[in-house]
Amino acid sequence: MKRFLGAAIAALAMSVSAEAATIKVGVVGPFSGPFALQGKNFKAGIDAYMAVNGAKVGDNDVEIIYRDVPQADPAQSKALAQELIVKEGVQYLAGFYFTPDAMAATPILQQGNVPMVVMNAATSAIVTKSPYVVRTSFTTWQTSTPIAQVAKDAGVDKVITVVSDYGPGVDAENAFKAGFEKAGGKVVEAIRMPLSTNDFSPIMQRIKDSGAGAVFAFLPSGPTTLGFVKAYNQNGLKTAGIKIFAPGDLTQESDLPALGEAAAGMQTTFHYAVSHDSPENKAFVEAATKAIGNPAELSFPAVGAYDGMHVIYKMIEATGGEQDAKKAVDAVKGLSWVSPRGPVSIDAESRHITQNIYLREVTKGPDGKYINKEIKTFERQGDPGLAAAK
Amino acid sequence: MSPKGDRGGDATVRRMDRTQHLRQKPPSALPGISPSRGEIGSRHRIKPHHKDVHPRMQTVLSIAIDALAYGMVLFVISIGLSVTMGLMRVVNLAHGAFAMIGGYLASYVTRDLGLGYAPAILIAVIATAIIAVPIERLLYRRIYGAPELTQVLMTIGITFCVIGLANYAFGPTLKTIPLPETLSGSIDLGFRAIATHRIFAIVCGVVVAFGLWFLIERTAFGIRLRAAVDNAPMAAALGVRTQLVYAVSFAVAVGLAAFGGVVGAELLPVEPYYALRYMVTFLVAVSIGGAGSIPGALIACLLLGAIDTTGRYLAPEYGEFFFYLAVIVIVTLFPRGLAGRFK
Repeated sequence: MKRFLGAAIAALAMSVSAEAATIKVGVVGPFSGPFALQGKNFKAGIDAYMAVNGAKVGDNDVEIIYRDVPQADPAQSKALAQELIVKEGVQYLAGFYFTPDAMAATPILQQGNVPMVVMNAATSAIVTKSPYVVRTSFTTWQTSTPIAQVAKDAGVDKVITVVSDYGPGVDAENAFKAGFEKAGGKVVEAIRMPLSTNDFSPIMQRIKDSGAGAVFAFLPSGPTTLGFVKAYNQNGLKTAGIKIFAPGDLTQESDLPALGEAAAGMQTTFHYAVSHDSPENKAFVEAATKAIGNPAELSFPAVGAYDGMHVIYKMIEATGGEQDAKKAVDAVKGLSWVSPRGPVSIDAESRHITQNIYLREVTKGPDGKYINKEIKTFERQGDPGLAAAK
Repeated sequence: MSPKGDRGGDATVRRMDRTQHLRQKPPSALPGISPSRGEIGSRHRIKPHHKDVHPRMQTVLSIAIDALAYGMVLFVISIGLSVTMGLMRVVNLAHGAFAMIGGYLASYVTRDLGLGYAPAILIAVIATAIIAVPIERLLYRRIYGAPELTQVLMTIGITFCVIGLANYAFGPTLKTIPLPETLSGSIDLGFRAIATHRIFAIVCGVVVAFGLWFLIERTAFGIRLRAAVDNAPMAAALGVRTQLVYAVSFAVAVGLAAFGGVVGAELLPVEPYYALRYMVTFLVAVSIGGAGSIPGALIACLLLGAIDTTGRYLAPEYGEFFFYLAVIVIVTLFPRGLAGRFK
């Protein structure tokens, strides 16, 4: 009997130590509902990284646990993050598509001794909420600032800004205004329209009446961008020579088949285009396409997730599988590598990703499908939003 | 204002009109029309011509046209719901789902089968109506005359099922319905350009409004339908086959939903969450107009279109404030809608 008990205890101890070698990563994102496509991209990026680099770091197995927050819901996001840490025992939190969801989970990081790798949420301030936040996506400030220079270089002096009336829209408006005024231009009018706008004709009329030579626009990707770009064409703004400048959210790859002809020639700035020409991106697109199934659905959250996994793997390497959030985060400060989007690094100060921002134009690719073709590179862009917030 | 003063004002306006008319007609008739017709190049610019129209006036006219177009699209999309809610007395929250099915079918027919826009509309409307027949027999027939809550729960359940199926079958991305050459451009009205498709939507709205009014008010079928709705047992006793009447009207309503889904797709693009995203818009349009009233729905849609469009032009930062303020005011003043048929 004693021997049996001893054996049982030994077996238990062994199973515990074997379990400790599995490192769990909790990923929170929209995997169902209207934003399921973005969550699908998270998963594709993560799967692609693990397919290319293996599901093991050293001796430790990596296991991903997904939790679904269908739309921005800070309370649910926090509850799920807590559940992941306490019940599932995850050593890392990752994902987070919406800013409020990421913000809500930051207060529990320190106590839980867990780093958070933000794979999308794009408001500058998130990284300031906890020293354990690292971001591998982008900020709206980061992608919207360079287009101001593009507009000025195109010979435009007066611009009207039109943005959706919510956090990222306001960020985009401020970023463009700051950049454009610095370049010597003038923003003659700033319009904020409700997120639920379906008919953009009156907005187009406002743009016409403002006397501006160009419009800077920001809308979240999805059905509204289609309506906006169509209204821009059909109400004669395009033929009147009023140019449109926008960050890449307006011409996301997953919307391009629908936008098609209407968006041809549109110039946007963004951190990643699926068409980016590099061996790293080729390998990424191949693996991610396999993971997502339909190549037309692949877009930028996948690359944020892919690089997020890279950061997490580096963290696991540095800590040897021990749970030590501070050591893990310190290990990736200043980390630089070549991502599918180009050379990137984690800024040691802000823990946000420093990356190239590309000017792209919507054109037909070699296979007749519309792509974002990169035509100019703004190298090593940090996040101007943090400086502006101070 | 007193009626007398009113008339006096009218008279002076008319007199002024007449004199202006006399003075201006001969010179303006030729140069006013011939250049804008002759110069094809003028299509490529918006502002230069018509300096005689005051810029402010241009803006007002332009907004009026946008409002008319938006209102008509609203009407085409939501009139089917007015039929189910007002005439059949079913709170059909799945209306948007049927519109979406129509949109998906049209998109499939044009993009994957390569057929034109007109056959796409036809196939979408007919196929959606056919899909609706078993749904009516198996599900809707059970909730005629049931309490509203039962109807709401069942139809919203159908909506979620359709969303899930659409997401599974067609994926989460946007689907477009390519327009034919003749509808895809824009028309220069002199002071502005408007999408040809908008004009098509306005025409569709007028045709649907008239056709439906004629069907319900002027045909034998309309009489049977109204009789069946008001007192089903009595209508049945008089030889009306109420179940058939119900099935046909449901198919018509669903066909209208599909038609609206296709025609309105330029404004409300087809994607799986279409059915939920615009549900409130449809419901508001119908309840303001008074469920079941064709003229009521038309007036309501035009009114809401005008308020929404003007609000968006003047103060977009207020969002949908004006739209819903108008809704609150109208519902307070006319609890049954502008032309409610209810009891």
